[in-house]
Amino acid sequence: MKKKILISGNEAMGEAAIRAGCKFYAGYPITPQNELTAYMASELPKRGGIFIQSESELAAINMVYGASASGVRAMTSSSSPGISLKQEGISYISGAQLPAVAINVMRAGPGLGNIWPAQSDYFQATKGGGHGDYHMIVLAPWSVQESYGLTRLAFELADRYRAMAMILSDGILGQMMEPLEFDDEEPMPALIAKPWALTGAQGREPNIVKSLSIRFGDVEKHNLVLQKNFSRIMAKEQRFEASYLEGARAVVVAYGSMARITQAAVVNLRRQGKRVGLFRPISLWPFPAKELARLSKKIKKFLVVEMSYGQMVEDVRLSVCPGARVGFYGRSGGGVPTQKQVEREMLKVLTNNKYA
Amino acid sequence: MPKNYKRPGSLYDTAAHYCPGCGHGILHRMVAQAIDELGVREKTIAIAPVGCAVVAYDYWQFDCAEAAHGRALAVATAIKRCQPDKLVFTYQGDGDLAAIGTAETIHAANRGENLSVIFVNNAVYGMTGGQMAPTTLLSQKTATTPLGRDVKLSGYPLKISEMLALLDGVYSVERVSVSNPKEAMNAQRAIKQAFENQLQGKGFSIVEVLSMCPTYWYKTPQESLKWVDEIMSKYFVLGKLK
Repeated sequence: MKKKILISGNEAMGEAAIRAGCKFYAGYPITPQNELTAYMASELPKRGGIFIQSESELAAINMVYGASASGVRAMTSSSSPGISLKQEGISYISGAQLPAVAINVMRAGPGLGNIWPAQSDYFQATKGGGHGDYHMIVLAPWSVQESYGLTRLAFELADRYRAMAMILSDGILGQMMEPLEFDDEEPMPALIAKPWALTGAQGREPNIVKSLSIRFGDVEKHNLVLQKNFSRIMAKEQRFEASYLEGARAVVVAYGSMARITQAAVVNLRRQGKRVGLFRPISLWPFPAKELARLSKKIKKFLVVEMSYGQMVEDVRLSVCPGARVGFYGRSGGGVPTQKQVEREMLKVLTNNKYA
Repeated sequence: MPKNYKRPGSLYDTAAHYCPGCGHGILHRMVAQAIDELGVREKTIAIAPVGCAVVAYDYWQFDCAEAAHGRALAVATAIKRCQPDKLVFTYQGDGDLAAIGTAETIHAANRGENLSVIFVNNAVYGMTGGQMAPTTLLSQKTATTPLGRDVKLSGYPLKISEMLALLDGVYSVERVSVSNPKEAMNAQRAIKQAFENQLQGKGFSIVEVLSMCPTYWYKTPQESLKWVDEIMSKYFVLGKLK
């Protein structure tokens, strides 16, 4: 049965996780994601799961490691400074090939920064904030509805690829309330066999969940296994949404809540007859490079707008074909580019002959 | 003549990598022996530490998870909560449990997690080359206390078992040693007891084991046994703390 409720982004991600079969959540208080932890505290135990308020972010992510090693769908959530603390665990989870989900409701940094929304953790999320050669699958919703859908997808992908998946939300998306529609009877993503899980060595050889290999050469071999998996993800899981591309002479690239604001700017400029389009990466890793490359064969003017001082723009520049020009506009530290500012920057790009 | 002393089934028949006189080999065997006696090998999940015993899973024949340095009790907490019917224990050194993992240790204990902890105190970081541990004795020379541990610079050896015994969530705390046959037999009993406590749902049990590190104590194996009996166990007094 279809249901429609009014809910915050933070709570929608909690509900999505529970409906995706998440049976373990550990978290530590930090603004602006506290509603999610509180939601899990009140809902998860009622619905057959385990909730722990951990003593630290380090403990939370390592609890997720333990739950996942047990074969259980597990999640943690935090906001930027807390996600920094989780990097050690994320590296270990990735090294041990454990499926797990983390949510980052981004706030301004560096350091303690403040609790206002930002998108300045893009590098950390997509390039590997912890040590070693690894990637997380990073999904960026732009609405409460999509926060729900992508959280569900994150569990599916984490299990399928035995990898860490992160939802990169932000203070706007986490806090705002919107209508959420979902199918009350939709079953959770099918459970897959986890023969590697630690369940007691009954009638089988012992299982070991680890990332260490002492013998020289073994870690290189292990890395090649990981890289093969990452290549598979890169080939199959690039997600994006492109709109207003008909006749477009310039395209704005933005993700998450910044894409929401940008969409309003695009719609307004289109009304004035300006030929601008919108490209919204949904998977930030793998970055939808193939489609951007294709697009840049005919459209040569790009503008990237972020709530950061230029992070995703690097991936856009690496993706587009030679001859395409990529401009950038960003604010960070809690400053959010307004629709007017985005329109102004788009007009600059449209009229600038450097971009011809 | 009948063979009375056998390798426990929970222990692989393989050579260990430990230095001569190290206590880990004795302790690995004791853990395996206790698991055999309780008949729980097929429902045991161990958490191996970071340190010399990181490859304990090369010796133990049951499921094992590696944990990041200090995080063993966070990992164990989740495994046990997800699988309350399993025997879950951590095997951790002094640096792991009482320095980098102090928060995880105290909070798992304080939550009263139904877990068993084998805490190997050899007063030094072995794997990394003999640096000062939280439990290094005063005036003990290590790579990072070349003139001996100075209380003004590094404080006192940390009595974490005494600290844990104060917590309401903790069921049992005992300090034992493997430095002579009498104490070793007592250690074997205490380890089995800590596992039994968990199987009976009694809660958090920790066994601190004073153990030898001849390599980084710069002593012979025999001198090391004597040092535990005559020096180390004077500061870290053996016995049941709770």
